[in-house]
Amino acid sequence: MAETLTARHPLEGHRDQLEALSAALAPTLALELGELVAAVDLRVDPGSGGADAVEQVVGGPLPARPDTWTALPAGQALRLGPDEWLLTSAAARPEDWEFAVDEAATAHGGMAVDVSAQRTVLWVRGSAARELLSTGCALDLRPRSFPSGRCAQTLLGQAAVLLVAHGEDDLQLVVRPSFAGYVVDLLVDAAREFPPSRHRKETP
Amino acid sequence: MQLIACPWCGPREELEFSYGGQAHVAYPADPAGLTDEQWARYVFFRDNPKGPFAERWAHSAGCRRWFTAVRDTRTHQFVSVGPLAGSEATP
Ligand SMILES: [Zn+2]
Repeated sequence: MAETLTARHPLEGHRDQLEALSAALAPTLALELGELVAAVDLRVDPGSGGADAVEQVVGGPLPARPDTWTALPAGQALRLGPDEWLLTSAAARPEDWEFAVDEAATAHGGMAVDVSAQRTVLWVRGSAARELLSTGCALDLRPRSFPSGRCAQTLLGQAAVLLVAHGEDDLQLVVRPSFAGYVVDLLVDAAREFPPSRHRKETP
Repeated sequence: MQLIACPWCGPREELEFSYGGQAHVAYPADPAGLTDEQWARYVFFRDNPKGPFAERWAHSAGCRRWFTAVRDTRTHQFVSVGPLAGSEATP
């Protein structure tokens, strides 16, 4: 019998460290590993009707505006560019997810590629979550300009990341596995600035 | 460091962009018919104006799209930013 390979979070080796840090800094900060999900990169001309066809397959609307995301029944649809979306699913197998989306897209001149292993998810939560990310990110991350429903591809330190706002104290950080260790080191180092007793800093 | 207004993402840190040289350099209609000197002129020779200069920029760390911008080479100020390359889809 062949040995079955199981997917493992690229930051599995950091899990204990992050759990200890989150326990010590609650409720100011928490860093948590995200679950592994199926993800495809969809390229299709938004004017071709391909987006509509994909929406039928994924069971939810694709975000129409730049740098926004929408919830799908078991995942997310994130707008990465004028003709590019990242579609995730926690329910589907990566190969099924790719096949379903690709079939809908190719009929309209588009395509979808499985990128499940290309990115990994880290959650940054707590009342100082946005402040922590701001130590390495030039975007204005205050809730007023980066509210829930927004996402952005940008730089965190030297690493290219995708930031996704789920709530005021709830942000998702999507990063390439090879940069994930660097990003964790960066955030753990920056988290030293946030003692657990610290009160929430009011943002205008 | 300054902000560059990506036509898709909006104003972003200059670090997120990469430079692509002079814009509007057309590929020769008949490349095989060019002399070596004409080919070298197409490949290597670029304008170097003092003042507004139309350039290609890529938002490498953001939407990864190319666009054309006019930059004043004396002040490094962006005079205007055009639409994304190969796409009419601007927000
Ligand atoms: Zn952009």
